[in-house]
Amino acid sequence: MMSKPHSSADSAASTDQSSIKTGAQIIVDTLIEQGVDTIFGYPGGVVLPLFDRLYDAPINFIIPRHEQGACHMADAYARASGKVGVVVATSGPGACNLVTGLATANMDSVPVVALTGQVRTELIGNDAFQEADTTGVTRPVTKYNCIVKDVKELARLIKEAFYIASTGRPGPVLIDLPVDIQVNKTSTDVSAKLELPGYRVRTKGHAKQISIAAEAINKSKQPVLYVGGGVISANASEELRALAQKANLPVTTTLLGLGSYDQSRPESLDMLGMHGTAYANYAVQECDLLIAVGARFDDRVTGKLETFAPNAKIIHIDIDPASISKNVHVDIPVVGDAKLILAELVKEVKPHPRKRWFSKIAEWKEKFPLRYDKDSSTVKPQYVIEELCRQTKGRAIITTGVGQNQMWAAQFYRFSIPRQLISSGGLGTMGYGLPAAVGAQVARPDATVIDIDGDHSFNMTMTELRTAVEHKLPIKVCILNNGYMGMVRQWQELFYNKRYSKSYLSNPDYATVARALGAVGETCERPADVPKVIKAMLAEKRPCVVDFRIEREENVWPMVAAGKSLNEMDGLDILERLI
Amino acid sequence: MKHIISALVENKPGVLAQVAGMFAARAFNIDSLVVGRTEDPKLSRMTIVVVGDDRVVEQVRKQLAKVVPVVKVQDFAGEPVVARDLMLISISAPPEKRPEILSLIEMFKGKVVDIGPKFIMVEVSGPEAKIEAFINACKPYGIKNVARTGTIAMPRQAKTEP
Ligand SMILES: Cc1ncc(C[n+]2csc(CCOP(=O)(O)OP(=O)(O)O)c2C)c(N)n1
Ligand SMILES: [Mg+2]
Repeated sequence: MMSKPHSSADSAASTDQSSIKTGAQIIVDTLIEQGVDTIFGYPGGVVLPLFDRLYDAPINFIIPRHEQGACHMADAYARASGKVGVVVATSGPGACNLVTGLATANMDSVPVVALTGQVRTELIGNDAFQEADTTGVTRPVTKYNCIVKDVKELARLIKEAFYIASTGRPGPVLIDLPVDIQVNKTSTDVSAKLELPGYRVRTKGHAKQISIAAEAINKSKQPVLYVGGGVISANASEELRALAQKANLPVTTTLLGLGSYDQSRPESLDMLGMHGTAYANYAVQECDLLIAVGARFDDRVTGKLETFAPNAKIIHIDIDPASISKNVHVDIPVVGDAKLILAELVKEVKPHPRKRWFSKIAEWKEKFPLRYDKDSSTVKPQYVIEELCRQTKGRAIITTGVGQNQMWAAQFYRFSIPRQLISSGGLGTMGYGLPAAVGAQVARPDATVIDIDGDHSFNMTMTELRTAVEHKLPIKVCILNNGYMGMVRQWQELFYNKRYSKSYLSNPDYATVARALGAVGETCERPADVPKVIKAMLAEKRPCVVDFRIEREENVWPMVAAGKSLNEMDGLDILERLI
Repeated sequence: MKHIISALVENKPGVLAQVAGMFAARAFNIDSLVVGRTEDPKLSRMTIVVVGDDRVVEQVRKQLAKVVPVVKVQDFAGEPVVARDLMLISISAPPEKRPEILSLIEMFKGKVVDIGPKFIMVEVSGPEAKIEAFINACKPYGIKNVARTGTIAMPRQAKTEP
C-alpha cells in the first residue's frame, strides 16, 4: 500500500504517519489531534475495537450509568468549556439511548460529536443483533450524521464532524461506525482534507447591513437588545457589553442567554418571555426597535406572535440565515458571527441618553420586581436560590432540571458570566440537570457546580450521582422538592380546574438515596436552616445532595399563558400584594 | 403559489433521506421531487415542486441550503424556465377508437411506445398543464395506468418559448 505525504502541522499528535493503522486507531488518533482529552461513553459489542484502543489512550474517560447521561454530560461539558463534547455508545440500544441527549443539544445548538458502533457492514439491514438504523433515527435530532463505509474515509469524516459541530450554528453530529470499519486497516491519511462542498459558514456580517442597523439604533428612542444563547456560543459577551454601554441599550436575555450580560447592571432587564420579568416584557412590547442577537424568537419568548413587539422595527443578528424571518418578520437582518458583527456595530453606534425610556423602565422595575413571600414558615424555592446566589457570590455554574425549578433558578440566581447557566432550554429535557452538572464539573474542575433540580426531574437520571461519586466530582444537587411535577401542577391549577391529574408520584427519601450512592445526603425542611445547610453543602468536598422540602404549591410568577401577548401577564397582582 | 426549487446535492448515500426528512420534520409539503445525475458525477440535482406562500417557500429554500450535503439551492419562481414532466399512460383503445386516439396523441406530440390488443401506451412530455390536459382528454376512452415523473426544470436564456 502507498502512503501519502503529510504536512508536519497535521501530524502533531499522531504517531508514525506512514504506518498502517486500524480504524479504531485512526479514530483515537484523530480525536486526539482534534484536541479531545475527555470522552463520555458506554461500551458494548460493536464498539469493543474502539474501546480497546481507548484502554491506554491519554484520554479522560467518564462512564455514565445510562447513555442519555453520557450525552447530556458531553453536551454540558461543551457548554461549560466552549469545546466540542464527545460521546461514544454502542449500536442499537446504546445509540437509541442517545436520542434525547442529541435532541437536547440540537435544540440548544451545542457542539457534540457522537460516535456510535454499528453492526458489521454486511449485516446492515438484516435486523442483526443490536442493529438500529442509527443515522435514520438520529437524523432529525442532529445537525448532520453519516455512516462510515470505508476505513479510508474515516479520518476525514471525523474531522468533518468536529468542523460541522463547532462552526456556524453549532450542533450535534453523529458518526456511525460499523465494527468492521474499526477493525479494518489502511495506510494512514490523517491529513485528509475536508470535503464539504455544501457547507458554508458566513462569519463576517454584511457591512452595509451593519451600517443600516447602526443607523436604526442611533435613531431609536426606545430600543431593546434581546439576547440569546448565540452570544454565549459566539463568545461575544464583551462585544455585547460594549455595544449596550456605548449606545445605552437596555438588555433582556432568553433563558439560554443568561450569563451573557451582567444582571447587576442597571440596564439589564433580566429574562423575558413566559416567565420573564414584567419590566422585560413591557419593554419589548413598547420598544420601537428590537435588536435580536443570537436568539430565535421561540414561542416561549414571543408569546402570541401577532402582537409581539407591535411597534418595533426588528434587527436580527444571527449566524443561521434560516433563523431570519422564520417566526417574526425581520426588517434588518445581519447574518454572521455575533462577535464580529457586534464589534463592527459598536464602532458605528453613538451614545444616546434615552432618559425618558430609561425612566419608564425604572418605573416598571420599581413597580414589578420579582418577589416572593419572605415571611413564609415553609421553605420557599426562591429563597433557596437567593441564598445559593448570595453564598456563591453569583459565581457558581448552575445546571437545572426542567419545570418550576428551572424558572426559579433563571429568575432568582443573578448571572453575570457566560457559560454560567447550563439548562435545557429548547427541548426542556427533564433529567438534564444532574448529568449536566457532572459534565460541567469535568470541564471546570475548580468551579462550584450546582444542579438546581426538581424532584421529578432528578428522578429521571439520579443514577448518575454514582458517576459523580466514582469520579470524585464535588457537584452539589439542590432538589427543590415540592412532591409534584410542579410546572404541570401549576398549569393544571390555572387551566384545568385544579385537577391534578397524574402530576405527582411517590418520591424516595433523597438524602438516603444519595448516601446509598456514596454521596452526602441532607434534608432541609425549615427556612431558618437554609443558610447553614447551604454553607455546609458548599464546604463539602464530596458530591452532595440537599433535599429542600419546599412549599408544595408555589407558583412561578409572572406568567404569560400560552397564546397570550407578552404584556398580558398573570400573577402581577399576586406579586404586588407581597410587598 | 407553486415554486420549482432546484437543489444541487452531493451524490452520496443518505442525501435523499436527509432532504426528505427535513421536509417532513418541518411540515413542508412536496408536490413532486425528482432526483437525477448531472454532468458532474459528484453531484445530483433534485428538482422539488412546493406549494406555499412566499414566507414558507423562503424557509424551505433556507432550510434546504442548511442541509449539509446540499451544495446550491435555486428557486425558479418568477424566472423564465423550461419545466417539463414526463408521463407514461396506458389508454384503453379498442380498434374502432384507435384512429381518434392516435390523432389525439399527435395533437399532444405524444409517442406510442407499446401496443396491445386492448391498450396502447403513450409517452408524453411537456409542461405539467399539458400532461394534465392530455390525461383529461384520454379519460373518455378509459385510462388503465399512469406513471409520471414530476417536474424537472432549467432556467432559459431566451425570454419566451421558441
Ligand atoms: C423528559 C420530560 N418529560 C416530561 C416533561 C414535561 N414536564 C415539563 S415540567 C414537568 C414537571 C417537572 O417536575 P419537577 O422536576 O419536579 O419540577 P418542578 O416543576 O416541580 O420544579 C414535566 C412533567 C419534560 N419537560 N421532560
Ligand atoms: Mg417538583
